[in-house]
Amino acid sequence: MNLTIEKAKEFYSKMLLIRRFEEKCVELYSAQKIRGFLHLYIGEEAVAVGLADALSEDDAILATYREHGHALVRGISAKSVMAELYGKVDGCSRGRGGSMHLFDAKSRFYGGSAIVGGGLPLAVGMALADKMQNRKRVTVAIFGDGAVAEGEFHESLNLAALWELPILFVCENNQYAMGTALRYTESQTDIYKKAESYNIHAKQIDGMDVVKVAKAATRAVEDIKETSKPVFLECLTYRFRAHSMFDAELYREKAEVKEWKEKGPLVVFEERLKDAGLWSDLDLKAIEADIQNVIDEAVEFAENSELEPIEDLEKFVYSEVSNG
Amino acid sequence: MAETTYREAVRAAIDDAMSSDERVFLMGEDVGHYGGCYAVSMGLLEKFGEQRIIDTPLSESTFTGAGIGAALNGMRPIVEIMTVNFSLLALDQIMNNAATLLHMSGGQFNVPLVIRMATGGGKQLGAQHSHSLEGWFAHIPGLKILTPATVQDAYDMVGLALKDPNPVLVFENALLYNDKGELDTSAKPLPIGKAKIEKEGKDVTILTYGISLFKSLEAAQTLAEEGINAEVIDLRSLRPLDDETIMASIAKTHRVVIVDEGWKSGSLSAEIMARINEQAFYELDAPMARVCTAEVPLPYAKHLEDAALPQADKIVETVKKMVGVS
Ligand SMILES: Cc1ncc(C[n+]2csc(CCOP(=O)(O)OP(=O)(O)O)c2C)c(N)n1
Repeated sequence: MNLTIEKAKEFYSKMLLIRRFEEKCVELYSAQKIRGFLHLYIGEEAVAVGLADALSEDDAILATYREHGHALVRGISAKSVMAELYGKVDGCSRGRGGSMHLFDAKSRFYGGSAIVGGGLPLAVGMALADKMQNRKRVTVAIFGDGAVAEGEFHESLNLAALWELPILFVCENNQYAMGTALRYTESQTDIYKKAESYNIHAKQIDGMDVVKVAKAATRAVEDIKETSKPVFLECLTYRFRAHSMFDAELYREKAEVKEWKEKGPLVVFEERLKDAGLWSDLDLKAIEADIQNVIDEAVEFAENSELEPIEDLEKFVYSEVSNG
Repeated sequence: MAETTYREAVRAAIDDAMSSDERVFLMGEDVGHYGGCYAVSMGLLEKFGEQRIIDTPLSESTFTGAGIGAALNGMRPIVEIMTVNFSLLALDQIMNNAATLLHMSGGQFNVPLVIRMATGGGKQLGAQHSHSLEGWFAHIPGLKILTPATVQDAYDMVGLALKDPNPVLVFENALLYNDKGELDTSAKPLPIGKAKIEKEGKDVTILTYGISLFKSLEAAQTLAEEGINAEVIDLRSLRPLDDETIMASIAKTHRVVIVDEGWKSGSLSAEIMARINEQAFYELDAPMARVCTAEVPLPYAKHLEDAALPQADKIVETVKKMVGVS
């Protein structure tokens, strides 16, 4: 990948946007503006940003409940995500989804799903439909290392390989499922090897380096479009914050967190740019100011957005119209 | 009009839908090369090919979820689950995805999916193959639940389900597949959510669905011989329920017996009683009654299984007690 200054700026801005957006979320959560479960992505930004770089508008994403980052880089506006966190009608799910259930038809963002492993079968079906209709597009299924223990993970990998479906499986291996480290739950902690056992082309990559993720994802998407077969990427990453806002985080050593923070995605990227001689060309102040602006506007938008009228409570239980 | 089996009627509905809409396909365990575990899809693989009649592994959760994903992405899948007992492995997908996606997405993503499954006891298959859990599924907003009893409905409901933009679950009682009846494929189908008065009467209303319809009709005949004129209503659709037809009948007969192959506790019959209580209490001349499956996992031995399931004689007995003839 040729890291131009434009690309560098884009990657850096997007990672910083996710970071600042979520830091704002913490504040708003403490101020009780945002409620419910709130799972932060801080520390894992390189995965979402690198991945988004590889996708075209036609591709679809199915993510988990830790999906603010994916939603933002996929092009759902910060306003729309923030309004959703506020439970307002202008939110991307009209306030019915919340942090864990972001959806957006325009950007082909199919969740936002809070059942661990539950999105994988849907991805199989999405890709099956593309294959049946001879459409060359990719469905991306994003999930954590915890999902690997669910039966649906294995069923879905088997079907995707058996039916040769255009799916990009992206495992965000942040080493923990809530408070339980992977080594306590998996006999095989190299997750990509599980995918290999289903005859899926699989790679383990450094999920802290946005350029490495972008490269691997671009390559994977090309392969999928060419062969119509699934590819599996295991991204080694780490969440710097607790699992959710309710987690006292007693299960891991401060030293471990510190160690990972030292190889955080922004830090790693800074080094990369310095090596490439591009760092000094980034106008950091301007980027920071732009992002601050986006976030301020998002908060203002969310504050001012209306609540869905209670009379509409029972809307969207049944559909009157068919899709497609 | 032609005499057809229930099995052939379901097959004809799938065949017609697949012939007229490229987006329709069938997937499930043994639906293709084997011909369907109840032989419903026999011959369809030869006609439509492996791309559209898809054999799946024993992965209920994922192939059901794949049906949801395909529906989200422009197809009209029919997922066949061998029996309702195995649908429990797919419950996560049905409940947490199919039923919720439209609402959670603020109206953006509907799921035009049909799930067909066999249901019901009476074949001595024991406790893991014999249950009637359609009443459970009827608890869930976002789903529609259909229970065709007649050959005509077996055909009509599969077609209606496929035209509906929502996830529709069709429960086919396994004992009905060999039943024969007249089928008119050009008749205008009775819509989803409409009950049907199968036999008019004035003394008591028997509300039922699925295979219990025939037991209820048999009971009504016995009762008629003793001068009791029962009205028998096939509910057809468990969600939505046709309150209007139910309440209108009670306003006429003033007595009601519900026949439901589910267990009594927390059942569909309990729901119907509650609705009658809310909407037609003052029409009642007698306490409502119901005939349900005994509160046991269905036993294997025939005499025990027969005793556990609702039967015509129990319906007769219940009605007679209610009208004060026994
Ligand atoms: C089926 C299911 N079981 C349990 C949970 C509760 N739960 C929520 S998040 C989580 C941990 C999942 O970890 P992982 O898949 O590694 O994702 P991460 O949170 O690390 O991104 C658990 C157990 C759930 N939501 N769904």
